[in-house]
Amino acid sequence: MDDKILLAHGSGGKLQQQLINEVFLPAFDNSVLNRMEDQASLVLPPGRAAFTTDSYVVNPLFFPGGDIGRLAVCGTVNDLAVGGSKPLYLSAGFIIEEGLPVGILRDIAFSMKKAADEAGVLIVTGDTKVVEKGHADQLFINTAGIGVTPDQISIRASSAQPGDAVLVSGYIGDHEIAVMLAREGIQLKSPIKSDAVPLNGMIQVLLSAVPDVRIMRDPTRGGLATTLNELAQSSQVTIKIFEKDLPVKDEVASACEIFGFDPLYLANEGKVIVIVPQRQAKTALQALQTHHYGQQAAIIGEVTKDQPGKVYLETKIGGMRIVDMMAGGQLPRIC
Amino acid sequence: MKNLNVENLNEELRDPAKVQALLSAIRKFGSRSISLMEVCGTHTMSIFRYGIREMLPQNIKLLSGPGCPVCVTPYRAIDEAIAAAKHPNRILTTFGDMVRVPGSRMSLAQAKAEGIDLRVVYSPLDAVGLAAENQDREIIFLAIGFETTAPTIAAAVLTAEELNLKNFSIIGNNKTLPGALRVLLTSPDVKVDGLICPGHISTIIGSEPFRFIPEELGIPAVITGFEPVDILQGIYMLLTQIQKETAQVQIQYRRGASSGGNPHALKLLNQVFQSGDDNWRGFGVIPGTGLKIKKEYEHFDTLKKFNVTIPDVDDPIGCRCGDVLRGAAAPLECPMFGKACTPEKPVGACMVSTEGTCAAYYKYGG
Repeated sequence: MDDKILLAHGSGGKLQQQLINEVFLPAFDNSVLNRMEDQASLVLPPGRAAFTTDSYVVNPLFFPGGDIGRLAVCGTVNDLAVGGSKPLYLSAGFIIEEGLPVGILRDIAFSMKKAADEAGVLIVTGDTKVVEKGHADQLFINTAGIGVTPDQISIRASSAQPGDAVLVSGYIGDHEIAVMLAREGIQLKSPIKSDAVPLNGMIQVLLSAVPDVRIMRDPTRGGLATTLNELAQSSQVTIKIFEKDLPVKDEVASACEIFGFDPLYLANEGKVIVIVPQRQAKTALQALQTHHYGQQAAIIGEVTKDQPGKVYLETKIGGMRIVDMMAGGQLPRIC
Repeated sequence: MKNLNVENLNEELRDPAKVQALLSAIRKFGSRSISLMEVCGTHTMSIFRYGIREMLPQNIKLLSGPGCPVCVTPYRAIDEAIAAAKHPNRILTTFGDMVRVPGSRMSLAQAKAEGIDLRVVYSPLDAVGLAAENQDREIIFLAIGFETTAPTIAAAVLTAEELNLKNFSIIGNNKTLPGALRVLLTSPDVKVDGLICPGHISTIIGSEPFRFIPEELGIPAVITGFEPVDILQGIYMLLTQIQKETAQVQIQYRRGASSGGNPHALKLLNQVFQSGDDNWRGFGVIPGTGLKIKKEYEHFDTLKKFNVTIPDVDDPIGCRCGDVLRGAAAPLECPMFGKACTPEKPVGACMVSTEGTCAAYYKYGG
């Protein structure tokens, strides 16, 4: 096989067959996919079906702690898991820029398989398209996922109530800083790794301990600040968080100082915000901390009712400020 | 920029106990109404980020002056950069803050969508690196900033000269602050009892250029750092001067600034730039506040190199950025604030930069 992707790899002919047989089938390897039908035929266990999709366009394709493939699996698995669903099946669509080395695609496919195995999901259907050089940035991946939510679980963004506790499952901001440093070619003394992980295992542990979790959300793009604003608006409550309780790695805090970023707005790919009734806060915290992806989990705030739709932060020095949604992307400052 | 070594150095400057001690000392100054102005965007951001304005007694009012280099950049600078970059063989580089600043017709981000090759760099030296790697293309650096960034930009020009790069040039919009402060502080609608002077600029130029503020205008000034303890200590030092009815330049930010500044940085700056008149958004042309490329480095001046000319343009009607920049109006007094002008769709530059007064008011709820 040629070592670079050609337009013909997406044309539906022999080369495409070869690409599927030599890259995707060996990587994803499962009985549903191996039948090679135009659709995957699935039997779902009882409960409500949950369905989600997301596209991944990260640059660079590989970064400390992950790659675009791992991200594409974890992101979709997590979108299902935070609704209380058990993720089961994924689709994967690849838009490839002509000229991408086949070896890179193979590495990414295997990375997807590894993440899917960890999450306990199967990649059961897929698609590849190749576009001319310059019409895409190396590789874009879309994944969609199907899961099943047990009937007794009801997790909705509108269900936060005054008096509830707000938790986050670990250090915030690692993913965005890791990707940014990789993109800019900057090395820190102690490297920061992306937190891209499938969260369904940890969430299962949490739901077993606290079945009446009110809300779970993964604070991806826009970070903790944007997600908390969405929740405050959906539930028409105030969310107040405490800067002193926010888990931020020293390295991430320092990188933020240098580039003028606010960790509250940095993207995460392996964290979940959890809102539970106050009396369940400790139990939820302990449940998260027993799982290796939740060891640094913390109670970071509370739900009140004085300013519906707003998020406040009590600063480390005791001041108070509004935490707004992010407008546009964070841009590095001049000085 | 490689192999950064970073550690958390600032914990003690954010110590809640020290903050409380300073606040209680500040409360002892009584109830006389006092207006203090900060003239550095980093101060504006820090004050909002830590919620300092709300922690101060109500009689102490903090005004934000023209301290954000992005905000005082006129439309013309953006228009010129777009005009210069509209050529397939040119790459425009600049600091991240500049990307969404509106020009008279569009911002750099919009121009990028229309086809110019725009790259954000962290340092002008990265732009020189880009020029070395792409000798078949012209690399233009849109230079803005005060004395803090000017030495690095001078160093970039000198490095390009040393490497004999013919494909690197800059659009120079660097400004110097003291002259603008004089215009601001003598303006009849601006009433300030004390000035929180910028720590970063002072690390380069020292405290001497600020002496006219107490000596000629009778206004106390304190060169202040950017952490909460710094800012509160700076405010405390200003209040002490006001109470004693003295006026002088004091340095709170001793770990960074000295009276003489940084002679090496100043030497670089003066090698490449000379003083000239410059146009400030909200103020108009102020004599002697621009840094112009000297004749011997003129071949690095993009506008001269490619003979870029653009028509004159006015600021948008209704936008009160100018008054906001002078501290003569609060953002909430601008009819466009939060309506026609938001961080997503800024009309004035004050809403764009994270250091802009309007952006800070919008984000942190003034």
